[in-house]
Amino acid sequence: MAFVTASWNPLGEAFYRKLELYEMSWSIRDGLRDSLVAAAPYGGPIALLREPLRHSPSSRPQLEIYSASGIAITSFPWKSGPVVHLGWSVSDELLCVQEDGSVLIYDLFGSFKRHFSMGQEVVQSQVLEAKVFHSPYGTGIAIVTGSSRFTLATNIEDLKLRRLPEVPGLQGKPASWVVLTQDRQTKVLLSIGPELYILDNTSCTAVCPPGLSPHAGSIVHMSVSFSYKYLSLFTDSGHLWAGLSNLQEKLIEFDTKKTDRPKQMLWCRRPKSQQPSVVLMWERLLLVVGECNDTIQFPVVDVSFLVGELDGVRIINSTNQELLQEVPLVCQDIFKIASMAPGALLLEAHREYEKSSQKADEYLREIKEQNVLEKAVQQCVEAAAHEYDPATQKSLMRAASFGKCFLTDFCSDHFVSTCRELRVLNAVRESSVGMPLTHTQFKQMTLQVLIDRLLFRQFYPLAIEICRYLKIPDYQGVNRVLKHWASCKVQQKELSDDAIARAVCVKVGESPGVSYSHIAAKAYECGRTELAIKLLDFEPRSGEQVPLLLKMKRSHLALNKAVESGDTDLVYMVVTHLKNEMNRGDFFMTLRNQPVALSLYRQFCKLQEQETLKDLYNQDDNHQELANYYVTVSYREKRLESRLSQLQNAVDEYNKAKNDFAAKATEEEMRLLRFQRKLDDEKGAGLLGLSLQVTMETLLSLGLHKQAEQLYRDFKVPDKRYWWLKLKSLAEKEEWEELEKFSKSKKSPIGYLAFVETCIKYNNRYEAKKYISKVTPEQKVKAHLAVGDLEGAAEAAIEHKSESEIALVLSRCSTSNRLLIDRLNQASGAKK
Amino acid sequence: MARRDTPELPDFSLLKRLARDQLVYLLEQLPGKKDLFIESDLMSPLDRIANVSTLKQHDVVKLYKVEYKPTVSLSDQLCFLIRPRIQTVKWICDVVNADKAAGRFRRYKIIFTPQRFFACEAVLEEQGVFGDVTTDEWAFYLLPLDDDILSMELPEFFHDNFLAGDQRWLRTVGGALHLLHSVYGPFSKLYGIGSCSKMTYESWREQVEQGEKQVRPAEIGSVFLIDRDVDFVTPLCSQVVYEGLLDDIFRIKCGCVEFGPDVTSSDKSVKVMLNSQDKVFNEIRNEHFSNVFGFLSQKARNLQTAYDRRQGMDIKQMKTFVSEELKGLKQEHRLLSLHIGASESIMKKKTKQDFQELLQKEHCLLEGFEIRESISFIEEHISRQISMIESLRMLCLLSITENGLLPKDYRSLKTQYLQSYGFDHLLTFSNLRQLGLLMEQQGAETLTAMESKVGKLVNDKTAGKITDAFSSLAKRSHFRALSRKLNLVPKSDEEYDLRVPKDMAYIFSGAYVPLSCKLIEQVLERDGWVGLEEVTRLLNGHEFAVTGGSRAEASSDAQRLVLVMFLGGCTFSEISALRFLGRAKGYKFIVVTTAVTNSSRLLEALLGNRV
Repeated sequence: MAFVTASWNPLGEAFYRKLELYEMSWSIRDGLRDSLVAAAPYGGPIALLREPLRHSPSSRPQLEIYSASGIAITSFPWKSGPVVHLGWSVSDELLCVQEDGSVLIYDLFGSFKRHFSMGQEVVQSQVLEAKVFHSPYGTGIAIVTGSSRFTLATNIEDLKLRRLPEVPGLQGKPASWVVLTQDRQTKVLLSIGPELYILDNTSCTAVCPPGLSPHAGSIVHMSVSFSYKYLSLFTDSGHLWAGLSNLQEKLIEFDTKKTDRPKQMLWCRRPKSQQPSVVLMWERLLLVVGECNDTIQFPVVDVSFLVGELDGVRIINSTNQELLQEVPLVCQDIFKIASMAPGALLLEAHREYEKSSQKADEYLREIKEQNVLEKAVQQCVEAAAHEYDPATQKSLMRAASFGKCFLTDFCSDHFVSTCRELRVLNAVRESSVGMPLTHTQFKQMTLQVLIDRLLFRQFYPLAIEICRYLKIPDYQGVNRVLKHWASCKVQQKELSDDAIARAVCVKVGESPGVSYSHIAAKAYECGRTELAIKLLDFEPRSGEQVPLLLKMKRSHLALNKAVESGDTDLVYMVVTHLKNEMNRGDFFMTLRNQPVALSLYRQFCKLQEQETLKDLYNQDDNHQELANYYVTVSYREKRLESRLSQLQNAVDEYNKAKNDFAAKATEEEMRLLRFQRKLDDEKGAGLLGLSLQVTMETLLSLGLHKQAEQLYRDFKVPDKRYWWLKLKSLAEKEEWEELEKFSKSKKSPIGYLAFVETCIKYNNRYEAKKYISKVTPEQKVKAHLAVGDLEGAAEAAIEHKSESEIALVLSRCSTSNRLLIDRLNQASGAKK
Repeated sequence: MARRDTPELPDFSLLKRLARDQLVYLLEQLPGKKDLFIESDLMSPLDRIANVSTLKQHDVVKLYKVEYKPTVSLSDQLCFLIRPRIQTVKWICDVVNADKAAGRFRRYKIIFTPQRFFACEAVLEEQGVFGDVTTDEWAFYLLPLDDDILSMELPEFFHDNFLAGDQRWLRTVGGALHLLHSVYGPFSKLYGIGSCSKMTYESWREQVEQGEKQVRPAEIGSVFLIDRDVDFVTPLCSQVVYEGLLDDIFRIKCGCVEFGPDVTSSDKSVKVMLNSQDKVFNEIRNEHFSNVFGFLSQKARNLQTAYDRRQGMDIKQMKTFVSEELKGLKQEHRLLSLHIGASESIMKKKTKQDFQELLQKEHCLLEGFEIRESISFIEEHISRQISMIESLRMLCLLSITENGLLPKDYRSLKTQYLQSYGFDHLLTFSNLRQLGLLMEQQGAETLTAMESKVGKLVNDKTAGKITDAFSSLAKRSHFRALSRKLNLVPKSDEEYDLRVPKDMAYIFSGAYVPLSCKLIEQVLERDGWVGLEEVTRLLNGHEFAVTGGSRAEASSDAQRLVLVMFLGGCTFSEISALRFLGRAKGYKFIVVTTAVTNSSRLLEALLGNRV
């Protein structure tokens, strides 16, 4: 413990320390010297492309991917074109920018995912330099081409290329340049000789950093801080200028007295930094220049590579990896030699307590006298979070725990959460996992992202353990891991479809939030359609199954599932899809086997595509429906000839359907139409389209008796119907003589009561009475009543000796008709 | 045997409030002044939910009826409130495209109710206006027409589902059931018969499983789902209960009837809401028409006495009378005179000789007596062109009760019908045949032929046709057998006192117990289909009885609340019969229907060559 400060170096008022993170597991010897290197921040993976510019096809460069601790993840020979730049995206994908402007994206495990191009013109002019950068919009790429033009893409997930305006006077690439994200705008800052320019979407503006001596020389290197807020410039005369990136303020001006360009220059800051600094690295020297113009110098013994982090700089070389950072204030307070800060005292107190020394009490007393015990505990907890060495963490946490025993109302939430977080952090820092995250970085990246990163690296058991340990709700935690695991599992080519489906089902079960269709989609992406179908069977929501099945071109299965679901919208979706995808014949055949889909499609056709409807019936040999279709269509035809020809089609189809009734009815209709047309032409009767009955009625009312009679014979109209018609028509026109003649033409098929009633209806009692005698005995009473002849009715009723008839007549008698009532009653009584 | 302690009904006005709030929310989603286009058959239901002033409060400037004509609206924002129908959506596309052609920019919003269909959106896409309109759903599933009647106001359900075989509305009906389930708590038991009922039940089940699970007190006991095609006889009979008669004659629309000058005995028409709020109506709605007059005159006398009390009152009494009673009496007076007017108008139309004869023939058909006479009666009916729909109704009733017509009758009646009412009814007959409403009797040999045809088809593996063949087999009606099994036609020799009805047959003058209601009675009595195997076989199966899966035991009152859902419509007579059954057995029935129907509406939906 006493040696905590051994690695501290003072810089102005503050201290800087170098922590050893890992002894690297790799064995690459000089590998870093002539390789393209990309190491992702937040302890991300490292990619190496050895000797990228070897062009001969016989020896391809090797691309190697390592975890931050140097454990080899994958390596493969680079078979594509020459690579200019490597970088990592926020979701741990490797971006390889080629000379011809194409960007190839690989995942952590070296499998190719996709590619895109930075523009056609780049193929000609070639990429001279490229940079991968991160902003709130995601991962971006910037390139400068042989024709000195810059092109930007701020988010590779939503690729929009922006070609920046020309830079006047620029030949080839600038001496140095960086990408800046300011005020929601992405700009390029570049230098030509001593001049500095800002290049944005519309213009290129010359700018001048305040306080940079005009004699400082050409700017040969520049870098921006992690947050894009700070900028540092290095000139060929060895001058270092550092300030705000909006060029409003100068922070450092320092003469390094070294004229060669540093290999790397990075900002080294931390949140609430006391003494931010710029780190410069040359072949043999690492120079830390603080704001106070103080410096620290470290020798560089091996080829190294610097990675800028939120709260420091990682230094990677072939054997080990270190973190250079400003010692957090709270750690300074506690560990500074002879510190009297509350935390320091508490730590000391606990140390004495462990030794069972009474000094513990003295220290405690001192803290309590100042009334700063709570602060002391907090300091210890906070410092523990910042320490990398588990032993130091432990001693600090123990001290904190010891201290809080003497506090009455201490809220231990912070203590508990820090303990938990440290445990998680220590687990991921393990060399086998290789994520050297500091607590500050962890807080910034959030737990969700940490789990994502673990998933990208396929540390599923660890991820699940962490979710359970931190009690993350299943929906966001364990189930998310399972989903990812299953998506990965389906890609294992060596396992059979059945084995995978079973394994997935066993693990995933019915966890909410894990969508089988999502997993199936993944399986399909890897070309395992059969597996995808098996997995889809586990999907309870048909709405999710069907679209994927369609995508997999399993249209029939999709249709089955849609029909099973009972959701007609789904069925309809599949039907529309099939319609566009298949040829007509196959489409109809498919529908034929699915009555539900067929009726749905029919309904649609009825409203949208009448012609298709016809084809549909045709295909089906559904002559009956086809005939009905022709009949329907005939009503839409304006010209009689077309109407008749449609009806003829209908007749043919009815015949094929062996529906001779309908065929005959249709033929008759055609005949009727022709007849009507003829009369319309001759007499202007306006008959076309009327029913047979109405036609006859009209004819009779027009006095065209002969024609009416012709219809009656031609269409074998039942006698009864014709008689009714004629009776009504004649009465209507009050042609009573004609009526009487008609009544005598033969025996009435409708009887003569109808005559009586009709005459009465047209108010001719006199005529009505003429027919009473012909009325059948059973209807006599009714007939008499109809003409209002109560006497006659009574007579008839009595004659029939019918109880009900007598009652009927009685009900019509008014009380004044005493005589008749008595007679009827008598008759009815006599019967009894 | 009557139990008087009928349980309280749940408060269904809640459904109205839910619908109104959602509509207001949807209107607010299109901020600013806008014109609202409403599908014509949504006008009345909408009026029950939100009146014009409510709409105006939410920036609706003008209201238009959807008329499939170019719009004259000048507003910059158009909102369309429509059913998910392709024709309407196409019309909207025309409106949008016309605006585009004229270089006019407007905002369009389509609110589909009760839900949107993929087919509609496909039309929007096809017509190239998908990006120009926003669409929404107004989940207005159920309109409470009365305390115990909830209507989905979807008359097209019957045509689309039973005739066209288009099942798209089933999910909607399932949605309605789900709405009731989520608002009024879990059901203890579900019974049903018919394939639609089964599918509706499944759709509901699915929606319950996918939705959030909340435990609510159960306000409704069991649910009974029934397809309209299980019982076509009942809706085809002439209605003789007051409310049914009003519907047959004046056509009740959305719980409201319009009485013409002949009823009001003035030169104006009057719209009257028909529900339990109307005290006079409430007492006579379920009565056989023969009792209505007596009741009304009694009522008139009572009213007169109430008025007469004014004589001999002192000033103070008079004051209380005027302030408290007079308004009620006046209101009652007004309603009474309207109902008397209506009854007179009905009497004029219905007590005529031919109506009595019609009823008598109907009863003969139900009993299966004097069939030949009935046939010649129908023939005469057709040849005298008395009424196109009535003739068709009698034909169908004849066919169903007789299990199809003899081939000779089938041909001749159809020919005569075509001669009378026009050739286009050939399509009507095709539709009726498809539904099994008007069929040719099938002798034993035709059946065997059919079977062999089926056998052949199995080899052909054309599943679709097999189902067709089977369904036409299954569509055969077994009314006679059912009538015997369930004792639907009471013995006619004893006198039936319509004043004191002893069973549900009173709604048809004691001649016939409605099959649908009898099934409900039997199933509730037996708590399932046990013992009714023969009946369900005759009805072509698809029956089910399941527990609702509610753990919370419903209160004994709620247990006696039975929700009956008619898929394809129910008649007022059936509702009256259920009310009677409820009074007799101590149940309270809540009727949910896709729409209130009657014989005319039912048959009009099946007319061929509809535009």
